[in-house]
Amino acid sequence: MATIPLASNTAMIKPKNFWKRFTGRSNERAGYLFILPSFIHLIFFLVIPLGFSLYLSFRAWNGPSFQNAPFVGLENYRFMLGDDRFWHAMLNSAYFTVLSVPLGLAISLVVALVMNQALRGVNIFRTLFFMPVISSWVAVSIIWITLLDPNVGILNYVLSLVHLPPINWLGDPHWAMPSLVIITIWKGLGFNMIIWLAGLKAVPRELYEAAAIDGANGWNSFWHITLPLLTPTTIFLSITGVIGSFQVFSPVYVITKGGPLNSTDVVVYRIFQRAFSEFKMGYASAEAWVLFLVIFIVTIIQFIYNRKRGLQEMF
Amino acid sequence: MVRKKTWYRVPLAILGYLVLILVALTMVVPFIWMITTSLRPYGSVFSYPPELLPKVFDISNYTRLFTLVPFGLYFVNTVFITATIVIGQLLLCALAAYGFSRLKFVGRDTIFVLYLATMMIPFQIILIPLYLMVFKLGWVNTYQGMIVPSLSSVFGIFLLRQAFLGIPKDYQDAARIDGAGELRIFWQIFLPLTVPSLATLGVLAFMGAWTDLLWPVLIARDQAMRTMEVGLAYFNASTATAFLQPNWPLMMAASVVVMLPVLILYFFTQRFFVEGISMTGVKG
Repeated sequence: MATIPLASNTAMIKPKNFWKRFTGRSNERAGYLFILPSFIHLIFFLVIPLGFSLYLSFRAWNGPSFQNAPFVGLENYRFMLGDDRFWHAMLNSAYFTVLSVPLGLAISLVVALVMNQALRGVNIFRTLFFMPVISSWVAVSIIWITLLDPNVGILNYVLSLVHLPPINWLGDPHWAMPSLVIITIWKGLGFNMIIWLAGLKAVPRELYEAAAIDGANGWNSFWHITLPLLTPTTIFLSITGVIGSFQVFSPVYVITKGGPLNSTDVVVYRIFQRAFSEFKMGYASAEAWVLFLVIFIVTIIQFIYNRKRGLQEMF
Repeated sequence: MVRKKTWYRVPLAILGYLVLILVALTMVVPFIWMITTSLRPYGSVFSYPPELLPKVFDISNYTRLFTLVPFGLYFVNTVFITATIVIGQLLLCALAAYGFSRLKFVGRDTIFVLYLATMMIPFQIILIPLYLMVFKLGWVNTYQGMIVPSLSSVFGIFLLRQAFLGIPKDYQDAARIDGAGELRIFWQIFLPLTVPSLATLGVLAFMGAWTDLLWPVLIARDQAMRTMEVGLAYFNASTATAFLQPNWPLMMAASVVVMLPVLILYFFTQRFFVEGISMTGVKG
């Protein structure tokens, strides 16, 4: 059996009869048995659906019955090239990502920096910041619908206090997506902040002290010590942030349903509609694979970009 | 050297507190608003300017809620499904994690890397075929349809493997010398020693299962099978069409009911939430 020789376990084992592994020393058998439940689960509920999804994407299958799922080859993908709605949805997802990820990371970084100052009562603040994170998307969406109400919502009330005109947050196609961005940033702030804090704590205190001795002020310390040493955290948060943003679904499903005027029609919502409202499951599977491809490419770009900046050793 | 900066130490601290208070308000105000609105009389409209602190304490919405919508049933469903998923995940992930960390077998590390690779796959790709598989098994609109696909989590295996790796091998060797089998070593030594990590995984799994929307909304066809999250989503959609304007006090009461269990659990187990999240970031 061809396995990659890893020093940890196979160096001492000569190529044995495969069956001896199960009947011989109980240790190896135990290992396989221990991972068996999760392995079966993985095969059945991940690997098989994955293969089936690829298989489906090459077929035109409309409807739950397993009859007439004709093989159409690349037709689904060819159709997708001209499917304006899909690419519009992709653009919407990208717009959402570009708005929500940098802003969300920056705000949560600022909060993390303040929290790192070891002021008293940080625990209370941390508790409060985390409340939106653990809340259910549906409940949060419902609350925010009322907060964003153009007439009686608190947001417009605050705007009126500073003499700004009210905004029709969820009704105006230009403001619907920013509304979702606001809600998403609000909900994820505590989460990002915690991770930033973990990264901040990893910066050795001596560096700051040495810099202070050399006469560096606060801004210099931040720019030349903190930020560079936060790079692994930044990379992690931006990559997972982008991946997550492209998959946004719940607020769209509950609040805007793709509207108004398709301004919040994001890719996952499009796939969901296509599969479970229009029952074009083959095509929807193809759309899902294209989404995966886009996310994959974007992630690779992020890796390469960071590598180009000579930060490879940070990994 | 530090003395040079003392003059702006205090104002900086004040500025810091201001920022924190401002952000904290932003975080908390929506929740307070939710509670306040839920206490308004049934069917009342909003006042302008919007009032934040509750002036009325009418709890009729809550009593009405349970007669309009079977939230009690939703609650039972959610509890059962979540509990099963949490226990299942703890069990399956712990078993696999022990295998990957403390047992030797050919291909162990290769298989583990493959496990990790699957974490990159977004759920939407397998959403449709998974649904079709569940449909073919006859599991649509059943408990098992909602539970079984979530029974094992590669992230959980990863988390627990880290925990198990932190336990010295000596325990294992000593137990083996005394003649204990692997399962016994696992159950009586390793599990009790990693309770914090188990608690972290349990809490994260609880949160994920309790607030899951995408999967349960597909599986639950009958009203009787809905979880609280799904019930709330449907309730929101139905009131939007039934009334000219949704009955917001009622909606808010429903939201409070849905969110309360998770919030209560959170307040008691904060540490595990924070630790679990930090661990994902540090590993990078």
